[in-house]
Amino acid sequence: MKDINLIIDDQPVVVAENTTILHAAEKLGINIPRLCYHPDLSLEGACRICIVEVEGYRNFVPSCATPVSEGMRIRTNSPEIRQARRDLVELILDNHPRECQICERDGNCELQNLAYSLGVRERLFEGRRKLYDIEKSSPAVIRDAEKCILCRRCVRVCMEVQGVTNLSQLYRGVDTVVAPAYEQGMDESVCIACGQCINVCPVAAFLENSSTDEVWAALADSNKHVVAQIAPSIRAAIGEGFGLPPGTPMTGQTVTALRRLGFDAVFDTNFGADLTIVEEAHELLKRLKTKERLPLLTSCSSGWIKFMEHFYPEMIPYASTCRSPMSMLSVLLKTYYAKRTGIDPQNIVVVSIMPCTAKKFEAERREHQSPDGYPYTDIVLTTREFIWMVKSYGIDFARLPEEDFDSPLGYSTGAADLFGTTGGVMEAALRTAAEKLTGKPLVDLEFTQVRETRGLKEASIEIAGHTLNVAVANGLNNAKTILERVKKGDKTYHLIELMACPGGCIAGGGQPYPPDGHYVLDPEIARLRAGALYRIDEAKTVRVAHRNPFIEKLYKEFLETPGSAVAHKLLHTTYLPREPKGIK
Amino acid sequence: MHADTASRLDADILEFMDACLQKEHPKSYLIAVLHKIQQRYGYLCQSHMDQVAQHMQIPTAIISGVSTFYHFFRLQPRGKYSISICLGTACFVKGADKVLDAFRTELGIELGETTPDGLFSLESSRCLGVCALAPVVTINDKVYSKVNAKQVPELINTVKTEERV
Amino acid sequence: MGPALSSYESLYRKFTQEFETSGQKGKIIVQVGSATCEKAAGSDLVRQEFAKLIQASGRKDILLKQTGCTGRCAREPIVGVFIPGQIPIKYESVTIHKVQEIFQQHVIGGKPIASLVLDKKTETLYSYVVTICSSNRCGHETARDTQALLKKCLAAHSVPIDAVRIFHSGCLGLCPKDKVGKQHVMMVLPERAIYRFESEQDLDEIVQSHFVNHRIDIKHQIHTDFITEQFFSLYGDVAFFNKQTRLTLRNSGLIDPESLQDYLLNKGYEALARVLVQNDPAAVRNEILRSGLRGRGGGGFPTGQKWINAVTYTDDPIRYVICNADEGDPGAFMDRSALEGDPFIILEGMTIGAFAIGAQMGYIYVRAEYPLAIERLEKAIATAHANGLLGKNILNSGFNFDIEIRLGAGAFVCGEETALIYSIEGKRGQPRIRPPYPTESGLWGHPTVINNVETWANVPTILLYSADWFSRIGTKKSRGTKVFALAGKVKNTGLVEVPMGTTLRDIIFDIGGGLQEGRTLKAVQTGGPSGGCIPAGLIDTPVDYDTLADIGSIMGSGGMIVLDDEDCMVATAKFFLEFTQNESCGKCVPCREGTLRMLEILERITEGKGEMADLEKLRRLGKLIQKTSLCGLGQTAPNPVLSALDNFQEEFLTHIRDKSCPAHKCAQLITYEIDIDKCTGCTLCARRCPVSCIAGAPRQPHVIDQSRCIKCGECFNVCKFDAVLRV
Repeated sequence: MKDINLIIDDQPVVVAENTTILHAAEKLGINIPRLCYHPDLSLEGACRICIVEVEGYRNFVPSCATPVSEGMRIRTNSPEIRQARRDLVELILDNHPRECQICERDGNCELQNLAYSLGVRERLFEGRRKLYDIEKSSPAVIRDAEKCILCRRCVRVCMEVQGVTNLSQLYRGVDTVVAPAYEQGMDESVCIACGQCINVCPVAAFLENSSTDEVWAALADSNKHVVAQIAPSIRAAIGEGFGLPPGTPMTGQTVTALRRLGFDAVFDTNFGADLTIVEEAHELLKRLKTKERLPLLTSCSSGWIKFMEHFYPEMIPYASTCRSPMSMLSVLLKTYYAKRTGIDPQNIVVVSIMPCTAKKFEAERREHQSPDGYPYTDIVLTTREFIWMVKSYGIDFARLPEEDFDSPLGYSTGAADLFGTTGGVMEAALRTAAEKLTGKPLVDLEFTQVRETRGLKEASIEIAGHTLNVAVANGLNNAKTILERVKKGDKTYHLIELMACPGGCIAGGGQPYPPDGHYVLDPEIARLRAGALYRIDEAKTVRVAHRNPFIEKLYKEFLETPGSAVAHKLLHTTYLPREPKGIK
Repeated sequence: MHADTASRLDADILEFMDACLQKEHPKSYLIAVLHKIQQRYGYLCQSHMDQVAQHMQIPTAIISGVSTFYHFFRLQPRGKYSISICLGTACFVKGADKVLDAFRTELGIELGETTPDGLFSLESSRCLGVCALAPVVTINDKVYSKVNAKQVPELINTVKTEERV
Repeated sequence: MGPALSSYESLYRKFTQEFETSGQKGKIIVQVGSATCEKAAGSDLVRQEFAKLIQASGRKDILLKQTGCTGRCAREPIVGVFIPGQIPIKYESVTIHKVQEIFQQHVIGGKPIASLVLDKKTETLYSYVVTICSSNRCGHETARDTQALLKKCLAAHSVPIDAVRIFHSGCLGLCPKDKVGKQHVMMVLPERAIYRFESEQDLDEIVQSHFVNHRIDIKHQIHTDFITEQFFSLYGDVAFFNKQTRLTLRNSGLIDPESLQDYLLNKGYEALARVLVQNDPAAVRNEILRSGLRGRGGGGFPTGQKWINAVTYTDDPIRYVICNADEGDPGAFMDRSALEGDPFIILEGMTIGAFAIGAQMGYIYVRAEYPLAIERLEKAIATAHANGLLGKNILNSGFNFDIEIRLGAGAFVCGEETALIYSIEGKRGQPRIRPPYPTESGLWGHPTVINNVETWANVPTILLYSADWFSRIGTKKSRGTKVFALAGKVKNTGLVEVPMGTTLRDIIFDIGGGLQEGRTLKAVQTGGPSGGCIPAGLIDTPVDYDTLADIGSIMGSGGMIVLDDEDCMVATAKFFLEFTQNESCGKCVPCREGTLRMLEILERITEGKGEMADLEKLRRLGKLIQKTSLCGLGQTAPNPVLSALDNFQEEFLTHIRDKSCPAHKCAQLITYEIDIDKCTGCTLCARRCPVSCIAGAPRQPHVIDQSRCIKCGECFNVCKFDAVLRV
């Protein structure tokens, strides 16, 4: 590749051919402001904020899209450029609600930051503003078109990463609106509730459907026994909400914070994860034996499950019937735990802290309600909502002492921690499956073939004379790829792990917005958060799910054996093809 | 005149889609398919677009994005007589705005609306390329040239009379 | 590729024979226009009426033919009656009531009806019509004097002056290369003799022979198959036409657009045959480059360079050509007219282009609003297929190429090439960032050449008459001709094709016939919503790409709207901005949001709510949108406003400062008052007022309640005593 010499703001720089001006400037430590640009999504070039002045060019050029050429002379901060950028940001602001102070993203908004840093201090051009109602039909994701600045990041992530294509720009010009087809409600659409649109949105045009009010109310109600459970990936990401670097594990502090908020008991979704592995491994071994319904598709990710129901109903028979770890634990809380404590399950409020917006949808599914009609999981909070509650309460999270989960549904093995990252469910399942197949304790516990945060991994694993063909996909476009391979039938797969979000739950649709120095969907954040989980796993003494002593006890006392009738009734679920039918 | 909107698309339109699917770049024929449907049913309804989505395997969000982007496509049923006033430059300069106002007053509807009896709908169009005969009004496929505001009541009456016959 | 020539020749022979045996030769021809505009004017009824009369007459020597649009839109329907040996007669505004008269008196009786003749210039009927080149575009200093010279010669030979009608014409493109600017050319009807002369002596000899001895002067006669000959011989006697140089429109209004025979007999497909015989794509590309042809759609990029780029950047074997017929400028209709009048020339141009760049497939992207153009194109494609001029093995040369029509659906932005590509791909027509340019990565990622209708129409002609010939027409940096759609407040609205470099004055006053009685020229708007308003003071500007850019406008696709003193420049600027704002695709911020804010400011100004600071805001936003928008639509959207600000600032100031609209266009700035001296109390205005704000007893002066007046102007329009004043 050829080297290109150019001059940016009087500083010479040499970069490889085809580098964009934006990246060449970064090499010099010049951070050109940007908005619609995203390194992992297709080029949009629409916001024009990243414009620069190139000598000899009549118009300003977008640095995100313009490749460097030999001898180019570029100015990133001439007075004309500064005024143009300021004016562009003002134009966006002029068609955006004037309600920053009451906005969910106040203080954490890319547009607000740009307006401040580019010096928009007065409105010169303000006029009519677009008006839309907030669309709240989905329990997971709400859409506020009035705040939308039409950068199309959500449309791109929904199509290019998730392969769902639920969102599109409709109409045109100033009437353009981002919405599902026919502007129908998110709950009537093929939205899989993954929440990646929220993650990539620079403003608050997409948000989780917030449940914090219900939690405050439950906590204040003395008749209610309010219990919490936290998903594996929460501990690896929550610290970012309090200024800690990504990948700082904060398990104990989270437990303490929940108790201080007034939760009556704090449990760990990890317990549900261990239980999931035991049930799922049982399912796998059974299918391996009968050679039926292979590959087994994992079912922990509720976004993936909804995707399957819309887009791949023909794969429903292959999906594991296991409920997700959250729902397994919630069921136990309203049955086993209720019985043990003698509390009427109707008075138990289960609050799940999840990295995920799709879990809000899952909690409302009929399949996850008791025969008496009450939900097993009452309320789902995203990591972001929970961080806000802690802050709102005035808890100095980073300096909290560490406390332990309540027992017994708070104890977990290292395998469970891995659930938070792509490849983790697979690794946990392989540990248990390997021990069950060989009948011996596993020496080498780490299946590094399935680690990495890459979107699609395949491996063949030899265990006791069996070759297990496995695959791990995260991001649903990758799920499509692997499912199409399965359908083609060139190769027999035995177990496939699927997670809706790119990188797995650690990069879920409910996780904190990226801290300074990182961008949304930054694989580096996913890597750091995953690293925290691997370290937690490594530090534990019990690292294989079925050897969780409390799980063994639970089967003895309550569930009989893995796959038993009672286990099936409580821990397993069903899926149904869903309308509207998705287009693959 | 309009078929039951929830109906299945006519066989020939399904056949047209099948023919498109046989060609190279089948999805590029989406706009052509939408044209055919609008020509047949007068507008594009959700049920028909859903059928196109399944038949051609194009996500509904994409179809919806396309059908709302192009102003030629209508998403609401039209009146039996669609009156379209050209608002191109030549027509504007020759007083098309006055003609439009006359239609508004005479029919009691705004642009994009249909009279309660379902007889007339009022639309504007971009240049029809008949600039030299400005201002131009089309009623369904018939072109009226050099229309002035005073002729509007008469024009409407002519249509109404024809309708009665 | 030797077989190409014999294939073409046998095709040509076939059509010639058919022509001969059909016995069209020597027959009386009645020709009726059949383009959209003609139909709108009622030409279908006229044609049916003629058909009835011809049938009833039982005459077998009268042929009824249809043709495309001549461009004389304001006088349509136009009917031509061509009787062998007589000067061709064109009738204007023919209604079915006039058909009977024309048929009986002229077609049957052989006597033209002077009062119905186009432009009513023929009060008497002449024996001769002379069309004489008076174009000094070639630098011929005495070109303008030739008419006087001819008159002098005729007088010297005692030829009665009212027997000869003499016309100035524009450039005929007939001078040999080494004689450019030295010779004169004239055509004499009804003999269709063309003479070339250098001196008075030559002219004298011609007059002696032709007009005195009634013999063709063989010494000075030239035999040429020049491409505009037929046009001039039929229409050269009309002022509107004879200043034009019809290259791309040469067949429009002359031939039956649905007849391949007509096209072929007018040199159609000869260029393609030659290209295929020569079998050298690079030579074709170079010839187009050398001709200096620039894209006629807007930007004016050199066409040859575009073609060369398409084969330079990649060796991708799949390539496409596209004809951009998404004519979206409000006020431009030349593409519609061309497609309706001569569809084969587009097909031939595209086929040549495809051969030059090695494309296998071509697309014509045409507006759905042009049903007749689509129908004609479909027929033409089918006919070309049936005759081996499209499809596999074209003219037996081994070259394969096909054309498909794709319909637009009402989005101006799809005229932008990347948006157009997305639209053909079946997507939302939103432009994308360039580079890569379509010549590198276009339709479905393959190299693609996109040219507009007029550009493609130039291609066969250039290859027929050579780049040298073509580059002699026009100006140094803008070669050839340009078609303009002349509309607005000009007498002869219509389509005009003139050499580049013709002045606005020539176009508006000589060809367009000037403005309506009593009105004065205020400005000329060119380039549609991307162009600007040229003030009347600049109408001596010769029109080409660069001069228009210099005075703040653009060539664009060739819309030309004439504005008079009754047009308000603020309202006109607002009109164009409203258009682009409505057509903005919404992708990039400056165009989507910025045009809205500019429009709001203009709305304020036209409503009397403008402030002085608004002018600076308009300029600041305008510059921002120009410099930061993603595509050409956005980058040029502020042009109409900025050029109006530059040239008519005073008018903006009047709106803002005095809250008044000098042209009485801006409703909010008008007040209607009743002159009590003139008011007779007839009550008509009170009865017609839609808001009943006029009070007064019968036979008493009336009064308008200004607080309730909605400024609709109804009272002003209905008052029979001029008692309602508009101030």
